Amino acid sequence: MNIHEYQGKELLKKYGVAIQEGIVVDSADKAADAAKELRTQTGTDWIVVKAQIHAGGRGKGTVVGTDYNGVMLGKSPEDAAQKAEQLLGNVLVTHQTGEEGKKVNKVLLAQDVYYKGESEIKEFYVAVLLDRDKNCNVIMASREGGMDIEEVAESNPDAIIKEWIDPKLGLQSFQAQKVAFALGLKGKALKEMTKFIKSLYASYIGIDASQVEINPAFKTSDDRVLAVDAKVNLDDNAFYRHKDLAELRDESEESPLEVEASKFGLNYVKLDGNVGCMVNGAGLAMATMDMIKLAGGEPANFLDVGGGASAETVEKGFRIILKDPNVKAILINIFGGIVRCDRVANGVVEAYKNIGQINVPIIVRLQGTNAEEGAKIIKESGLNVISAIVLKEAADRVKEVLAS
Amino acid sequence: MSVLVNKDSKIIVQGFTGKEGSFHAEQMIEYKTNVVGGVTPGKGGTTHLGLPVFNTVLDAVKGAEADTSIIFVPPAYAADAIMEAADAGIKVIIAITEGIPVQDMVKAKAYVSDKKDCRLIGPNCPGVITPDEAKVGIMPGFVFKKGKIGIVSKSGTLTYEAADQVVKAGLGISTAIGIGGDPIIGTTTKEAVELLMNDPETEAIVMIGEIGGNLEANAAHWIKKTGNKKPVVGFIAGQTAPKGKRMGHAGAIIGGADDTAEAKMRIMRECGIHVVESPANIGQTIKEVLETAKA
Repeated sequence: MNIHEYQGKELLKKYGVAIQEGIVVDSADKAADAAKELRTQTGTDWIVVKAQIHAGGRGKGTVVGTDYNGVMLGKSPEDAAQKAEQLLGNVLVTHQTGEEGKKVNKVLLAQDVYYKGESEIKEFYVAVLLDRDKNCNVIMASREGGMDIEEVAESNPDAIIKEWIDPKLGLQSFQAQKVAFALGLKGKALKEMTKFIKSLYASYIGIDASQVEINPAFKTSDDRVLAVDAKVNLDDNAFYRHKDLAELRDESEESPLEVEASKFGLNYVKLDGNVGCMVNGAGLAMATMDMIKLAGGEPANFLDVGGGASAETVEKGFRIILKDPNVKAILINIFGGIVRCDRVANGVVEAYKNIGQINVPIIVRLQGTNAEEGAKIIKESGLNVISAIVLKEAADRVKEVLAS
Repeated sequence: MSVLVNKDSKIIVQGFTGKEGSFHAEQMIEYKTNVVGGVTPGKGGTTHLGLPVFNTVLDAVKGAEADTSIIFVPPAYAADAIMEAADAGIKVIIAITEGIPVQDMVKAKAYVSDKKDCRLIGPNCPGVITPDEAKVGIMPGFVFKKGKIGIVSKSGTLTYEAADQVVKAGLGISTAIGIGGDPIIGTTTKEAVELLMNDPETEAIVMIGEIGGNLEANAAHWIKKTGNKKPVVGFIAGQTAPKGKRMGHAGAIIGGADDTAEAKMRIMRECGIHVVESPANIGQTIKEVLETAKA
């Protein structure tokens, strides 16, 4: 699960990670007071105004129809409030949001840490994540802070520092120090960065994150190291031991259909195509989407109804898929193993009748236990449902339906 | 011969008396799999489905000579159950449980890797089946007719689909290994393929992967490096999946340019694997490939 920058920073701070301090607001009215309070708390002259959306590239992104960026500098509390007003309630488009952009509901007012001082300021990249190849966690760092790490990996792979963590021992101090040295730091800044990395790793483990990415990790002109941004992803599977973290979910950041499907307990991902699909099993669901594409259509969604595929889940699936106006046909693909095809077929018929009128053709492919009986039930139902048994047949039926 | 499980495997079920454990244990016994008992802490000394229940895996190893375990323990306790099995000397641990926290698996994987002669399959997998000998998993047994095609797959129902197509093409299955769809799994695609390459009863292999991670690419490179000893037919699910979105399986998420279906299929083709674009063509292709190989 993704969370906002301000939420991520609050979590990291609990584990001793030094952060760029800030106050989050959801209305322009509160912004001026919050900016003044921040100035009192931190002594900051200028205030950074940052849109809180689940997407990167905010600094270069623009508010639709304006020249305002997703991250701006306010030179007084009033200026900050005025800029917050330009963001709140408006749609921000960045290279990660797609053309439709994302609505800004919250703005983080943050202290200015780019003040002048004795040493040179520097931006770094520091992250903790899972290395799937090595089956362990890894600290990743680079001197090229502020840049997209994928770009660095492409253009200058040697610039990426990696330190793998022994699963049984956890991060050792020397490892954190090694990374800090490799970033070219010395003196107080070296100690600060070492501590920063250790705290960051502790937070990663403590909150069961699947990734914490700090870009930039910022060295100030008085040699402190702070998280200026924070991208934190959480492992949903660990929420049973972090009830507080599950509450950080922001449903307004998700597709409304996905939110609704999750309330039904369905595993649904909204896509842009014209053929809806409902499948049991994630692998077969992806394979079914691919088959729709090969048959000349585009998948409208990913939907895994799980092993059971009862009348109830099928009905819920129908209701979600039918809410998508782009859907021109629906393919149900169930491989009945433990669950029998005749039962699934009855479920489909029942669900269809419960919903009433369905105006798009439905292709039901049932294979596995009692496949023939299942096909018979579909055929004899008198409903506008096309039956198939073999996967190839289902693909051909999709092709015919799209052509007609 | 066969790989991982056979008629002589002495199998215990961890999470034996739970709903899932009971249901699937019964199905496994019906398939005539050699289930010798189960483990449910606190219920040791009782019997369930006519078999002894033990408090610990070690008791089951001592009391029933168990060498294989299948795990249905809930996600919060599953990594612990895996480590307990490894500690007790179980040789093949098959973890069905879906939804284990990643950091728990990082630990469990490291723990299992340190044990000699211990292999973990899964988690989040359908299990392993050697037709007519042992079904150690949740797959529908009747789909898997005995034969000489090995199957390695990250997914459950897609494995059944592949097996069904193989059987309908007039062939059968030696052993089907569901390796699981999580980011951290015990046995990789390459390791499972290697087992089947070394199995004299396996003539060809179906390798099914999906978006996310490098397992299929690693397996493909290994297959080429070792001289493409047996024909391999490959499929990657998720050609139409968007970047950065998790598609059901915890591990099925495109992270960069190298773990898309397109990139994996390209690498597999370059390594001499017969890649099918449509999941509907798995059976037909394996038949053709075998006929060409024999001609």
